[in-house]
Amino acid sequence: MLKVSKVNTFYDKAQALWDVSLNIDEAEIVALIGANGAGKTTLLNTISGLLRPASGSIEFMGQRIDGLPPHNIVDMGLSHIPEGRRLFTDMSVHENLEMGAYPSRAWKGRQETLERVYQSFPMLKERAGQLARTLSGGEQQMLAMGRGLMPKPKLCMFDEPSFGLAPMLVLEVFQVIQSLREQGITILLIEQNVRRTLEIADRAYVLENGRIVLEGSCKQLLQEDLVKKAYLGL
Amino acid sequence: MDITTFTSNKKFWIWGISLLAVLAALATLPQWLGSYYVILLKDILMLVLITVSWVIFSGPTGYMSLASAAFFGVGVYTSALLLPMTGAVLPLLLVIVIAGLVSFILGLLAGALTLRLKGIYFAVFTFGLVLLIQRFLLWFEMNITHTRGRFVLLVEDNTIFYVMLAIFVATLLTAYFIRRSKFGLALQSIGLNEEAAAHSGVNVTRVKVITFAISAVFMGAAGAIYATKLTYIDPYIAFNPLFSFLPVLMAIFGGLGSFYGPIIGAALFSYLQEFLKTEFPFQYMIIFGLLLMAVIVFMPRGLVGLVQRLLASLKEGPEEKSTPGWAIIFCLFGILGGLVGWFIFRERRGARVLLKAGGVVTLIGGAAYLLMFLLTLLGGLGGGYF
Repeated sequence: MLKVSKVNTFYDKAQALWDVSLNIDEAEIVALIGANGAGKTTLLNTISGLLRPASGSIEFMGQRIDGLPPHNIVDMGLSHIPEGRRLFTDMSVHENLEMGAYPSRAWKGRQETLERVYQSFPMLKERAGQLARTLSGGEQQMLAMGRGLMPKPKLCMFDEPSFGLAPMLVLEVFQVIQSLREQGITILLIEQNVRRTLEIADRAYVLENGRIVLEGSCKQLLQEDLVKKAYLGL
Repeated sequence: MDITTFTSNKKFWIWGISLLAVLAALATLPQWLGSYYVILLKDILMLVLITVSWVIFSGPTGYMSLASAAFFGVGVYTSALLLPMTGAVLPLLLVIVIAGLVSFILGLLAGALTLRLKGIYFAVFTFGLVLLIQRFLLWFEMNITHTRGRFVLLVEDNTIFYVMLAIFVATLLTAYFIRRSKFGLALQSIGLNEEAAAHSGVNVTRVKVITFAISAVFMGAAGAIYATKLTYIDPYIAFNPLFSFLPVLMAIFGGLGSFYGPIIGAALFSYLQEFLKTEFPFQYMIIFGLLLMAVIVFMPRGLVGLVQRLLASLKEGPEEKSTPGWAIIFCLFGILGGLVGWFIFRERRGARVLLKAGGVVTLIGGAAYLLMFLLTLLGGLGGGYF
């Protein structure tokens, strides 16, 4: 479904990604783990079109998307829920969700999508008229995820959805992600919470200093010394 | 703003009908008002429409454009070229439309070039555009055509008034429908978080450039009709930087947050300006400057914000986060003092009194400025708009 091959991305002259290749099949949950500064967010930004790769190619559903502007990529059904939520803080919850349905493909049926999102996140319905900045951290994350679902994505990329949340809420976020897969949405997940991530994901890639150093099924990776030492603290 | 159900909104109808009534009243005014008032009203309409068209772009996006004078000036010059003193090349209404189009194209070009810049850089660059065109025209007239300025066909006051009113209505309608549309939602999202807007599928660059150009249309059209009142124009008159700053000040004066704020603000502001200019021709800039400072320090959300706050405090007692009551009282005292001063001046007008008064006003002005500066430093009362 998503095929990233030999992508190199630069910030001016500093190279942030080195020959990164990655593959995601339909209805899979694929995790991307790595330390701070390893290039995880850079990779997601490159895929969603905010950054342009200097070389390499990115294919989504058989079409080249590298070099396309972000709004075209969202339109094709690839949704990116960015790090730090990036909500429209002075808009209401309802307006934030409506903004999520901005691509014309999703705009028409936005009422139905909205109902479905409210079903997954009943809390958002209660708070529909409230300004986004008045929500708690957990509620804001739910809103960011809800907004990411509004364009009816086929593939969702989550950038550290559990960041800064209380343990109870972290559990909820992971449950939501699993339920999305049951609805047929493919998922690329960046997480610091490596153990739990490897429990729900099918496969994972380990990114270090801008390079993929390991890949494989989660079961395999849990046995790897590198993963045990560096990410699980064993 | 729920765009699917706004038509059933009660507020929408109340405001819509009262606005229609005001417009109808405006349209019949020239029949029973003297020509001074017709001209005054025309100027007020113009400043309001320039402010509203500035707000179309800069309000929701938060990009402070100082290019208004460039669009206005381009309209003035289009009119001077197509409606020379020697006889109109094209009919008046067509010239107005062409001026709007020329401004639109300039807006597209300038927008495509500058809208990648953010914050203060954008403001400076757009202001540079005004000076660039002004200087180029000066150079062109001096070295190529060897002329200075142009004479413009004089048009009847009432005609000017009705054309201005038509542009005014078009501006209001455009501003309203943009605000209420999906496009308006996109603009607002850009102002709140540009990156997230792109993530949500907004073609950020296109939305910004098109809106910037649309807001330029009305400024150009206004400039074109304004020129027919002046008879003589040159680059200094056409590209007067004041037209870049006035819309910003008026919008802040009225309150940027709401749709009606800038309209009410600009109308009051331009009337106040005219009033001070005729009553205190020598000190008017000083008084005006003081008033502006008071507005920015004490009414960070403008007139509309002040009214809302007063209403809220009447309803539920003083709000926690609002500006302290003494600030509002201070403001009211200032206005009261100003009015009393005006009556005294009116009674004994004369060059010597005015000169003396000028000195006193300057002194008070200096002291008040210092005080406000200190207050801002201490309390951080000023609102962060840009």
